[in-house]
Amino acid sequence: MIRRVVRYVDQRSGSAPLLLKKALRYVFPDHWSFLLGEVALYSFLVLLATGVYLTFFFVGSTARTVYHGSYAPLHGQVMSEAYKSVVHLSLDVKAGLLIRQTHHWAANVFVAAILLHLLRVFFTGAYRKPRDLIYYIGLSMLGLALLEGYLGYSLADDLLSGMGLAIGYAVALSIPFVGANLASLIWGGPFPGEPQFWPRMYIAHVLLLPLLIGGLLVLHIALIVGRHHTQFREKRKQTERTVVGMPAFPAYLPRSLGLALAVAGVLFLLGGLVQINPVWLWGPFHVGASTNGAQPDWYLGWLIGGLRLVPGFDVVVGHYTVVPNPFWGGAAFPLAVFAFLFAWPWLERRFGGDRRQHNLLDRPRDAPWRTAIGMAVLTFVFVVFVAGAADRIYVTFGLTYTGQIWVFRVLALVLPVVALYLTRRVCLELQEGERVARQRQLAGSSPK
Amino acid sequence: MVGGLLLLVGRRRAREDEQRIVPRGTPDTPAETAVILLLLACAACALAFVVLYALDRLPHQTQLLGAALGVALLLFAAALILIGKRLVVTEELEEPYPEEERLVETHEIERIVEESGSRITRRRLLVMAGGAAAGSLGLAAVTPAVSLGPLLDTDRFYKAPWTRGRRLVDEHGRPYLASDIEKDTFYSAYPEAADPELIGSPVVLVRLDPGDLHLPDGREHYALLGIVAYSKICTHAGCAISLYRKPTFAPVEPRPALVCPCHYSTFDPATGGTVLFGPAGRPLPQLPLLRDARGYLRAAGNFSGPVGPSWGGVREDRARA
Repeated sequence: MIRRVVRYVDQRSGSAPLLLKKALRYVFPDHWSFLLGEVALYSFLVLLATGVYLTFFFVGSTARTVYHGSYAPLHGQVMSEAYKSVVHLSLDVKAGLLIRQTHHWAANVFVAAILLHLLRVFFTGAYRKPRDLIYYIGLSMLGLALLEGYLGYSLADDLLSGMGLAIGYAVALSIPFVGANLASLIWGGPFPGEPQFWPRMYIAHVLLLPLLIGGLLVLHIALIVGRHHTQFREKRKQTERTVVGMPAFPAYLPRSLGLALAVAGVLFLLGGLVQINPVWLWGPFHVGASTNGAQPDWYLGWLIGGLRLVPGFDVVVGHYTVVPNPFWGGAAFPLAVFAFLFAWPWLERRFGGDRRQHNLLDRPRDAPWRTAIGMAVLTFVFVVFVAGAADRIYVTFGLTYTGQIWVFRVLALVLPVVALYLTRRVCLELQEGERVARQRQLAGSSPK
Repeated sequence: MVGGLLLLVGRRRAREDEQRIVPRGTPDTPAETAVILLLLACAACALAFVVLYALDRLPHQTQLLGAALGVALLLFAAALILIGKRLVVTEELEEPYPEEERLVETHEIERIVEESGSRITRRRLLVMAGGAAAGSLGLAAVTPAVSLGPLLDTDRFYKAPWTRGRRLVDEHGRPYLASDIEKDTFYSAYPEAADPELIGSPVVLVRLDPGDLHLPDGREHYALLGIVAYSKICTHAGCAISLYRKPTFAPVEPRPALVCPCHYSTFDPATGGTVLFGPAGRPLPQLPLLRDARGYLRAAGNFSGPVGPSWGGVREDRARA
């Protein structure tokens, strides 16, 4: 049977056995942290599958309509066709809510897995030549994933999504010199925009961005296959020249498929059992309406934190506003973080002087400066992220909001320096500890 | 999944006579039994999903469907992981990493390209002309994108539908009487007979003691018997201002303020909407009020400044258009 299938494909393709044999015996070095990227990949596949299902029910239109559906609390309310279709999908379509919630959960897990994967790649030096291009592609996918998630929950046109869009609009407007023109191009005019804004968002969410992410994903994986996986030096045989691990087939395939199904299983369990974004409770969006305690999906928490921490000022010259306030927290802050991540491999080569190519991974302690700087940036972003939840902290713990903002402003500046110093010390101490242990071992074994 | 099944079939038929590629492993019957049971359990859960779907008016249907499908997938995952860990041969392979560079081929490619151009004499000019053609075509290709929105017309951003004499109505279109507006709470108002979904439409109304008002110069007449009206759209990021902080114990608590729930920009209604706290960079635009003979609230003109979030180049002194 197997021979017949392979021969059939071979006779028609001209190369199947060569490629297939190589693919079957492709070597995967084993480490739990290498699975994070795969979790992201499988979440993406769940997103595609559930997303296609959602498009069968979603109406991407802001045309006004009056609700007369099965959910009594919304009866008689004026809302968009888009919001109505999402409420209908959630409450009246069998399995509709399951698929929608699974889609939303998958988006959250997708970005989380990418972020953890990025941290793994950063702190082990996996991004170094020859894999720097793979790293840049991965960063681009992270940026696109953030935008894709934002568009996804914006499309529902519930009260929360409308507030998120208002903020996105303000950030677009705030870009110096071109802001109003840019927002005008995207929204078709002042907020909430022309009717064609919704189809634009929709096509971007269901076609343009998935296509871009998918294309980059293929490139990402193709380049990894070309260069092979990195590995930790856990065995003597694992060197810069030789990769050691299990073959794709038979050992790796069932493990990886198992992971894929486990990811899908967990996502469907979450989608079925853990409520997420119950849009019928938020109500439809109106320009003049908003609600307290609004929080975006977790992966945009750092941006809301950035917007909240910046002191209240616009850069004004005479009667002209040059730089409106949301620019700092909403645009400059994320752009600076991404600029750092993109520039890091170059910075490390420039100031570290190491231009060789690397197949062996560092442990974080092996590169104290990289680990320390990475931790400092991570700490900065994390403090800003937590500040984005200051209103929830107030509700939960009763700490005054205004007081918290001042504390977070100070922490955002102080903690990264502390993290830089502490991380470097810890790395050096760990190295020293290993050196001492090795010397003791030598001293214990050699003298008779 | 198919691969996993093929694997089980293929393993049984491994040829004994040829020299082995994959080393022989010892059978693990308990693991095999466990895998079969897991797969059967998975099938049961997946069928349960179908049955649960088919039932009408089932309470907690979403939860049951999610549990059935999620558990089915997890059971299959467990079977596969067991196959990977216990049933298939796990070898350790070594392979050299690819060479850093392939200089010979690189050089050959360079030569192919360079030698192909032997008939060309003015190479630089040709490249420049090609660049000009490609660049211009690219420009032409993106030009239709300008139709997406008015590119150089920012006048629309200054617009707000308030004109002198327009009545203030609530979200159901009922006009407000000046006497409707009470202290210690706030009201949302919209322009009568205008689209309430424009960013320049929503207004927030509060009543303060006339003696507490300290409006900026030139705006003393904007208030009406202590009633002041401001754009409801935050000048920071465009959310609607839907929180009104009123002191429950005035001697020690902060003064009344309008607060935006998105980033907690806090505006003082007594001093012309100035920023008390938070990231907003400019005050809320104020709407001048008057009362007609029948007691209805009407706008006495347009806002004191442009409505909504600022943009680079916005003129703060230019209001209405």
